[in-house]
Amino acid sequence: MLKPADLAAIRAIITRAKRWDLFFSLLGILSLMVGVLTFTVLFVDMAIQGVPRLSMDFFTSFPSRRAEHAGILSAWVGTVLVMLVTALSAVPLGVAAGVYLEEYAPKNWITDIIEINISNLAGIPSIVYGLLALGLFVYYFGFGQSVLSAGLTLALLILPVIIVATREAIRAIPQSIHEGSYACGATTWQTVSDHILPYSSAGILTGVIIGMARAIGETAPIITIGALTFIAFLPTAPFSGDPPAGLFDWIFAPFTVMPIQMFNWTSRPEAAFSINAAAAGFVLVFMTLAMNGLAIYVRYRLRKNIKW
Amino acid sequence: MTASATLSSQPRPLGSGISDRLSKKASRHVKERIIEGLLFSAAAFSVFVTIAIVYVLVKESWVFFETVPLSDFLFDTQWTPLFDDAHYGIMVLLSGTLTSSAVALLVAIPLGTIIAIYLSEFAGFKVREIAKPFLELLGGVPTIVYGYFALTFLTPILQKIYPDLPGFNLLSAGLVMGIMIIPYVASLSEDAMRAVPMALREGSYAMGATRLQTALWVVTPAATSGIASAYILGISRAVGETMILAVAAGMQPNLTFNPTEPGATITSYIVQVALGDLPHGSIGYQTIFAAGLTLLLMTLAFNLLGYWLRKRFREVY
Amino acid sequence: MQIQTGLEAGVEGALLKADVRDLDFYYGAFHALKRVSMPIYDHRVTALIGPSGCGKSTLLRCFNRMHDLYPGNRYAGGGIVLYPDDTNLLAPGVDPIEVRMRISMVFQKPNPFPKSIYENVAYSLRVRGMSNKNELDDRVESALKGAALWNEVSNRLKELGANLSGGQQQRLCIARALASDPEIILFDEPTSALDPIATASIEELITELKEKVTILIVTHNMQQAARISDFTGYMYLGEMVEFGVTDQIFIKPQKKATEDYITGRFG
Repeated sequence: MLKPADLAAIRAIITRAKRWDLFFSLLGILSLMVGVLTFTVLFVDMAIQGVPRLSMDFFTSFPSRRAEHAGILSAWVGTVLVMLVTALSAVPLGVAAGVYLEEYAPKNWITDIIEINISNLAGIPSIVYGLLALGLFVYYFGFGQSVLSAGLTLALLILPVIIVATREAIRAIPQSIHEGSYACGATTWQTVSDHILPYSSAGILTGVIIGMARAIGETAPIITIGALTFIAFLPTAPFSGDPPAGLFDWIFAPFTVMPIQMFNWTSRPEAAFSINAAAAGFVLVFMTLAMNGLAIYVRYRLRKNIKW
Repeated sequence: MTASATLSSQPRPLGSGISDRLSKKASRHVKERIIEGLLFSAAAFSVFVTIAIVYVLVKESWVFFETVPLSDFLFDTQWTPLFDDAHYGIMVLLSGTLTSSAVALLVAIPLGTIIAIYLSEFAGFKVREIAKPFLELLGGVPTIVYGYFALTFLTPILQKIYPDLPGFNLLSAGLVMGIMIIPYVASLSEDAMRAVPMALREGSYAMGATRLQTALWVVTPAATSGIASAYILGISRAVGETMILAVAAGMQPNLTFNPTEPGATITSYIVQVALGDLPHGSIGYQTIFAAGLTLLLMTLAFNLLGYWLRKRFREVY
Repeated sequence: MQIQTGLEAGVEGALLKADVRDLDFYYGAFHALKRVSMPIYDHRVTALIGPSGCGKSTLLRCFNRMHDLYPGNRYAGGGIVLYPDDTNLLAPGVDPIEVRMRISMVFQKPNPFPKSIYENVAYSLRVRGMSNKNELDDRVESALKGAALWNEVSNRLKELGANLSGGQQQRLCIARALASDPEIILFDEPTSALDPIATASIEELITELKEKVTILIVTHNMQQAARISDFTGYMYLGEMVEFGVTDQIFIKPQKKATEDYITGRFG
C-alpha cells in the first residue's frame, strides 16, 4: 500500500530527473545555435566585407592585377558553362541508373555490386575525382584543361546524389500505381515513362538541384585537373570570331569558375584582394543558398500537394 | 438491346487482328529489351567509374613506387618531393590529415549527436521542420567559403586568445571543418533515431522514464549502428576535406600532431601541386597520385567499416 | 447513466483503487471517450471488452497518461481519481511521469528494450535512480520470479531480451512492469500476439498477480475476460455501456447491446 512518504520520494526523483531534461534541452538549443550563429556570422562578415564591392563592373570585368579593377566575368561565365555540361551529362545518366535500380534490376549479385558501389562512390572525397579526371579526361582522352573536363568531373561527383534522389522519389510512389499500370497491360517502360517519371519528377528535381548546388561550390577537383586561376578572356561563342567557331568549340576552351576565382583572391596577401574574395564568396554563397532554398521549396510543395 | 442478342451475334472473325497484335508484341518486346539494356548500362557505368578511379590511381602510383621504395614512403619522416634532396614520407601529410580531422571530429561528433538527440526526442514538430532544412543549408555552403572564414575571421579571433598562433594553423581549419561536418552527423543520426519504433519509446515512458532517460537509455542504444555510420561518414568527410585546409592551414609539410602549428594534409598537398606547373609524368606529378591512393584506401576502409557495421548490427525491432 | 450489474455482491470486501468519473477524451476533433465512468477495485482484475475502435485501449492509456506523448490529444472533462490519496491522475498539475511510476503498463506486442534480460527488468528501477547492485539484483530476481520467468532465464540474464520467445518476452515485459512495485498494472491486449500456450501461461500469471497488484486489462477475447477477470466493462462507440461483476455480465447482462455482443450476434 502506498504511503505518503513514497509519493514524496517519487516526486523528489522526478524533480531531479527533470532537471537533467531541462539541462539537455538547453544544451540541444545551444548546439543548434552554434551552427546557426556560425552561419550568420560567416554570412554577415562576408556581406560587410564584400557587398560594397558588388557593382555592375564587378560582374562584367575580367580578373586583374589591380584589385579594384578585377571582376568575376570569366568566373561566372565559366561556372555557367561547366554546370551546363555537368547537368547535361549527370542528369540523364543518374536518372536512368536510378530507374533501372528501382524498376528493372533483378535481385542478384550484379545489382548488389552496383548498389554497394554507388554508396561507396558517394563516400569518395571529391579531390580523388579530380585525380581521376586528371588522368582520364585531361591526358588519356586529351580533353585538356577544358570546360568539358571540368563539367564531366563534376558530373561524376554528383552522379550518386542524383541516383539516390531518383530512387527515393520513385520509392515514394505507392505500389498500387505500378499495379494499376501493369493491370492495364502496360510494359515496364510504358509504366516508367507514363507514370513513374512524371510522378517522381519533383522529387528528382529536388535531388538534381541539390547536386548542382554542391557542384557549383566544388573547388578541389577542378583545381586538380589544372584549371587556370587567371583567365582574362571568355570562350568563343558559337559561330563568332574569325574563322567562325563551331557550335561546341567552347567546351574545349580553358576556363575558370567562381570558387577558383575566390581561392585565387583568398591566397593573395593584399587586403584589397581579400575584399574581392569576400565579394566573390558572397555571390557564391548566394547562388548555393538560392539553389538549396529552391530545392527545399520544391520538396515542401511536393509534400503538400501530392495525395496518393 | 438484350444480353441474348449480343450473345447470339456472329463471333468476331479471327485472323488479322491476332497476328497484328502478336507482331506488335514482338516489336514491343525488342524495344523494351533495348531500353532495359540502356538503363542497365547507365547503372553499370557507376561501377566503371570506380574501376577507372582505382585504375588511374594504381597505374600512376605504380610508376611512383618504381622510383621510391614503399618503405621510404611509409617510414620516412620528411616530405620534400620537389627538393633536390627529395624525401617521400607520407607520414608527414598523414599527421596533418589526422590532426585536423581529430579537431574537426571533436567538434562535429558531440555537437552533431546532441543536435540529433534534441531534434529527434525533444524538439517539437515546428522546430524540427525549420532546423532540418537549415542544417542542410549549413552543409551546402561551399568549403572554399568556410576556408575563407577560417582564415580571415576565426584565426584572428583565436590569435587574440593565443597570441603565438601562426596565421596558418590546423586548429582554426579543423574547428571550421567540424562545423561543416555537423549537419552530416546530425542529420544521419537523427534519421537513425527516428527509425526506432514508437513501441520502444512507449515502453520506456510507461516505466516512468523522462525524455532524456528514454533518449539515452533506449533510443540511442537502439540506433547504435545508424549513429555509428553517421560518425564514419563524418570521419571520411574530415579526411577528404580539401579547401578549408588549403586556405587556412598553410601548405608546408610538417610532421606534427600539434593543432596550433601549420601543416599540409594529403588533400592540400594535391592542391598545392596542381596549382603549380608540373609536367605530366614527372615524379612530382606522380606523388599526387600516390597521395591520392593513400586517401582512397583510407576512405575505402571507412566505407567498408560503415557497411559492415550496418550489416552486422542491423537493428531488428 | 450506465447500468451497473451485480455490483452489490461482487464488491464485498473490495476497496476502491481508482474511479473513472465522467471522462471525456478527444483525439484532435474525434470524441473518443464520452462521459465514461467506472470503478477499479483494489487487488482485482478488471477487464474492458468491446469491438475494435470502441475506445477501450484509449481509456486504458488515460490511466498512465500515454496520450500526453502525442500532440492533439485532449482530456476534456471528468477525471480518474486514484485512492487512497484522492489524486486526479488527469489534473493538469499532476506530472505524467509520477502517474507512470505508480501505474505500470504491458503492451500489445512484447517490446523488450535492446538490452540484456537483466537490464530490461532493472530499467524501471534505474529510472527511479536506484543503482545499488545488491538491491537491483534482489529486485530483478523477485520481479522475474513474480513473472514466472526466473527458472527459464536465471542463468542467461546477460543475454538480449529479444532472444527470448514471444511468450517469454511478454513475461519479461511483465517483470519490467512489476519490478518497481506499481499500484496498478495496465495490460493492453497482452496476448494478441501470442500462441495459445503462451496465452494460457500469461492468463495464469495475471490471476496470480492480483495478490500483489490491481490489474486493468483490455482484451478482444471475451473468453479471456470471462476466465481471468473479476469485473468487466463493455464499451461501444466511446461509451461504457455496461459495467459489472464478470459472472453477471456474461450470464445475465442487463442490456440488450451487451448480450448481443457477448453471444456473438454482433461484433
